[in-house]
Amino acid sequence: MERKSLLPYLLILPAFAYLLFFVGYPLVQALFLAFTKNGVFSLDTVRKTISDYYFWSALKYTIALAIAIVPTQLALAVVLALIMNRFFRGRDLAIYALVIPLTISDVAAGLIWYSMLSPYGFLNKLLINIGIISQPIYFFGYQFRSMEFLAIVLAEVWRATSIVFVIILAGLQMISKEYLEAADVFGASYWMKLRRIVIPMLKPSIQSALIIRTLFAMQVFGIVWILAGRDIPVLAGEGFYQLTEIHDYGVASIYALVIAGLSILLGALYIKFLRAEYLEVKV
Amino acid sequence: MNDETKFLLKRIAFYSVVFTFVIWVVLPLIVAILYAFSSKLDYYDPSKIIPTHFTKEYVQIILFTLGAWDGIKNSVIVALITILISFALGVPAGYAIAKFVFPAKDTLKLSIVALRMFPIPVMAIPLVVLYIRLRLVDTLLGVALAHTAMALPFVVLITSSIFAGVSKEYEEAAMVFGLTRLGSFLKITLPLALPGLAAAAMFTFVMSWNEVFVASVLTLYHRTLPAQILSIMAGSSGGAAPDYYRFAAAFIMTIPAMIFIFFARKYLISMWGITLK
Repeated sequence: MERKSLLPYLLILPAFAYLLFFVGYPLVQALFLAFTKNGVFSLDTVRKTISDYYFWSALKYTIALAIAIVPTQLALAVVLALIMNRFFRGRDLAIYALVIPLTISDVAAGLIWYSMLSPYGFLNKLLINIGIISQPIYFFGYQFRSMEFLAIVLAEVWRATSIVFVIILAGLQMISKEYLEAADVFGASYWMKLRRIVIPMLKPSIQSALIIRTLFAMQVFGIVWILAGRDIPVLAGEGFYQLTEIHDYGVASIYALVIAGLSILLGALYIKFLRAEYLEVKV
Repeated sequence: MNDETKFLLKRIAFYSVVFTFVIWVVLPLIVAILYAFSSKLDYYDPSKIIPTHFTKEYVQIILFTLGAWDGIKNSVIVALITILISFALGVPAGYAIAKFVFPAKDTLKLSIVALRMFPIPVMAIPLVVLYIRLRLVDTLLGVALAHTAMALPFVVLITSSIFAGVSKEYEEAAMVFGLTRLGSFLKITLPLALPGLAAAAMFTFVMSWNEVFVASVLTLYHRTLPAQILSIMAGSSGGAAPDYYRFAAAFIMTIPAMIFIFFARKYLISMWGITLK
């Protein structure tokens, strides 16, 4: 630390070079695949992609899913974190239960929710047996798209709220108790403390949670593929389909680039409107 | 209503809210596990909410006939290689960020975070082209290299916060007594950081274990578990497998994850708190 040395740079260099290669090379390659034909610049692939019904549908559904899922997760996670930040008997057990979905893959979550919502699934059997419905509710299949959409939202909220919860809870635990005690001295109510102290101080955590979840929502794939297949097209799923079924690398690359474009756009918006604190890694 | 009943009612309300949330998370898991072992007849019997006849058949078929067991083996190998490479590259970088002050440090740190935000499909699709050339297509190493790119920024950030948590004085004292920087790192800092590093390794394992897009695109015969299950359950022909196989598959995929959470639960909150604050 006393001398200016190259050591830190040498320590960081391998990781940085690796990342740059695995991000830089694919990006250049994707642009190449998307915008050239036989080695010369061409917009043919772009034209082909945007004239496809599935492209616009995928764009629409990806954005619609993000709008349905992300705010729900945030609201749910904040409520959960506020509850779990209090001390009560069984708290550790409750937190353990709530973070279990954290390690469940989207494919597994899709399968698990299929077992809840399928025609002979738990929910239908339960509702029929208590007499609320007389016929099973159909959640899956091309004719039941809006129900499929709902099932995806349910499954994704179930699976990925835990990560938002963990981030918010960690943020809550970092709020110094003195502020709240001072507020108590001045006779502030619970809501007052929440609005004036807790929520403002949670802002960095909320930001990081929001940005992480929105970026991942742009890439949503496994859960949709399991529960709805191409009934509900999404950008990553169409890219996957073009690559593995049609073997059209150019079109697949355009889907990937659209995901990248949306992510960059959203990232920039968050940074602009929510301040950039979340990127500061406090060490 | 006196204060005591008010207090009691409040408690009951509070606990029912907690209970509702916990059930919402846990119930689907329990249902999936139950149905994974329920017999076909019980599953198609509308009057049976909870199955009573059990069989191991479907889990066994998924595991041994449909290749989930090979998928598990592949997933473990990919995850271990991912941990190996991402730690070999990430730990030095994390250490540098935690223990040195140098120009452009913040820019470097920020770039590493920014690279993490790069969407996986953009990475995966061109990699197929590269991998064909390098003969890495359909190899576990190929998948692990891509998973490393995904996990590395996380490893750098988490290890830097772990190393920052190890007090500078210990290392300085060690160097005063004649240890080199490397020696003091190996003898002092590393052992103290070990539990945190272990937690980070477990998390890296889970990230790789769960990843499906890269693994599906880059492999055909050597698939990791999620990729294997995805191709069995949602072939392009549409919902290929019968329902009860789906639940068996869900069970197989979920158990390792739940075991992980049990061991890593102590670290989860602090890990995310430090890295993402």
